[in-house]
Amino acid sequence: MVADLIESIAKIVFVFSVNLGFFAPVLGWVERKQSAVMQDRIGANRADIFGFTAIGLFHSLADALKVLTKEDFIPTGANRFFHTLAPFICLVPAISTFVVIPFGGRYELFGHQVNLVIADLDVGILFVFALASLATYGVVLAGWSSRSNWSLLGGLRASAQMLSYEVAMGLTIIGVLIVYGSLRLTEIGALQENFFHWGIFLQPLGFVLFLTCAIAENKRVPFDMPEAESELVAGYFTEYSGLKFVMFWMAEFLEIVTISGIVTSLFFGAWHLPFVSDQELLSLFQFAGPNGAALLAMLVNVATFFAKVIFFIWLQMTIRWTLPRFRYDQVMRLCWKMLLPLSLINILITGLVVLVL
Amino acid sequence: MQLLIFSAFGVGAVVSALLMVTNKRPVRAAMSLIATMSFLAGLYALLDAHLIAVLQLIVYAGAIMVLFLFVIMLLNLEEKEGKLGGNVILLQAFGMVVVGLLLVTMVSLFQANGSLAAPGDVGAEFGTTKAVGKMLFTEYLLPFEIASVLLLAAIVGAVILAKRRIDDSERN
Repeated sequence: MVADLIESIAKIVFVFSVNLGFFAPVLGWVERKQSAVMQDRIGANRADIFGFTAIGLFHSLADALKVLTKEDFIPTGANRFFHTLAPFICLVPAISTFVVIPFGGRYELFGHQVNLVIADLDVGILFVFALASLATYGVVLAGWSSRSNWSLLGGLRASAQMLSYEVAMGLTIIGVLIVYGSLRLTEIGALQENFFHWGIFLQPLGFVLFLTCAIAENKRVPFDMPEAESELVAGYFTEYSGLKFVMFWMAEFLEIVTISGIVTSLFFGAWHLPFVSDQELLSLFQFAGPNGAALLAMLVNVATFFAKVIFFIWLQMTIRWTLPRFRYDQVMRLCWKMLLPLSLINILITGLVVLVL
Repeated sequence: MQLLIFSAFGVGAVVSALLMVTNKRPVRAAMSLIATMSFLAGLYALLDAHLIAVLQLIVYAGAIMVLFLFVIMLLNLEEKEGKLGGNVILLQAFGMVVVGLLLVTMVSLFQANGSLAAPGDVGAEFGTTKAVGKMLFTEYLLPFEIASVLLLAAIVGAVILAKRRIDDSERN
C-alpha cells in the first residue's frame, strides 16, 4: 500500500517535472533557435548570467521573469470571467493528457510491481481524445470573450477546424486499435516488443494520417488558421498579455510533447529498443543482480521513450518551419475530402486483412 | 471518500444545470450546459462506467457543445434576450407536469429505498470497453443498428437541406 503510494507520487512528480520543468521552457528556446537556423540567422543568444550565455538557454529564464512582470490586460467590453477562464481551460488538458501515456514497461523492483504510467486506464487513448475535445473550449472562449473581431474570427476558425480534425483523428487510430485489439496504451506498447510489430509497419497510412491530424488539432503551421498572424494579428489570443498569453504557448508546447508521446506509443514501439526484446535487455544487465538489472532496464526503456519523443518534437518543429500556411478552405477540404476518406479506407483494408489472416 | 466526490459532482451538476436554465445570455447558458455534462461524466466514472464517462465527454461535452457555441458565436446572439415562441401557457403547463412527474419519481424512490437492492460490487469486467462492446454487438445488436440507421438518415437529411440552399443561391 505504502509502496503503491510512493510509486504513484514518484511517477507524477517525474512526469510533471519533465513536462513543465524541462519540455515547456526548453521548447520555447528550441523553437526560436530552430527557426533561426532554418532562416540562416543566429537566434536568441543575448541573455547571460555573469557572461555565460549557454547558447541562449537563459532566454527561457529571462522570458519567464519578463511575463511575470507584465501587465495583465483585459480589454474594455470583454467578458472578464471567461477571458480569465479560457487560458486555464487550454492549459489543464494539455498538462493532464500525459497521465495515460506509458513511458516505460512493467518491472519487478524489490518484490514490487512497477508500471510506468500514472493512470493505466481501460479507456486509454479515448481519455486523450476526451481531454483534447475539452481543450477546444479554451480557444473558442478566448476568441469570443475578448470582444475583438480578430479574436472572434480566430475562435470561429478554431472551433470548426478542431472539431473537423477530431473526427478524422478518431478514425485514423481505429486501424491501430483493430491490429492490437486494445485501447490501453500500456498493452499497445507491450505488443510492440518485436521490431516488425511496431505500428509504423502495421499501419503506415494510419501513422501519416494521425500525425497530420494531430498537428492540425494543435493548430500549428501549416494549420495555424486560428492564429494566422498575417490575417488575424494573433487570432484567438490577440487580446492576451503576460502570464495568460504564455499559458496558451505552454499549452501548445505541451501538446507537441503529448502528440510525440502518443505517436511513439502507438506507432514507434513505445519504450522498446529496436531488435532488443525485454528478456534480452534484462539478461544484458544480469551482472547487477535481479533488482539492479530491472532498474537498469527501466532506465534504458525510459531513455528510449524520451529519445523517440524528442525525435518527434524535432520533426514537428521542422515541419512548422518548412511548410507555408494553408488557406482556410484548403485546410477544411484536406480534412473532409482527403484525410477522412483515406482513414475510412485504412479501416476497411485493416479490417479485411485482419479478417483474412 | 466516494461520498465526498459524489457530492462535489452532484452539487456541481445541479448548480450548473440551474445556471443553464436561468441564464438569458446564450454563451453563458451553453457553458453551464458544458459544465453539467462534464459533472455527469464524473458521476458515470464514479459508477464504474468509465467508457460511458469518456464518451460523454467526447460526444456531448466535446463535439456537440462546440457546435452549439459555434452557431451562437456565428449568429452573434449575445445581449439579445429571446422570447419563447408558441403558446406560453401551454409550455408552462407542460413544464409543471414534467416537474410533477419528476417529484413523484423522487418520492417513490425514497420510499422504495429500503426494499431496493443494496449497491454491490459489480465486478472488474463491468463498464470496461470490452464488456460494453460485447453487449452492444450481441444482446443489443438490433437497437444499436436501428440507432445507427437513424443517425445516417439524419446526416443524409442535413446534407440534402444544406445542398438545396446552396443550389438555390447559385440559381439566383
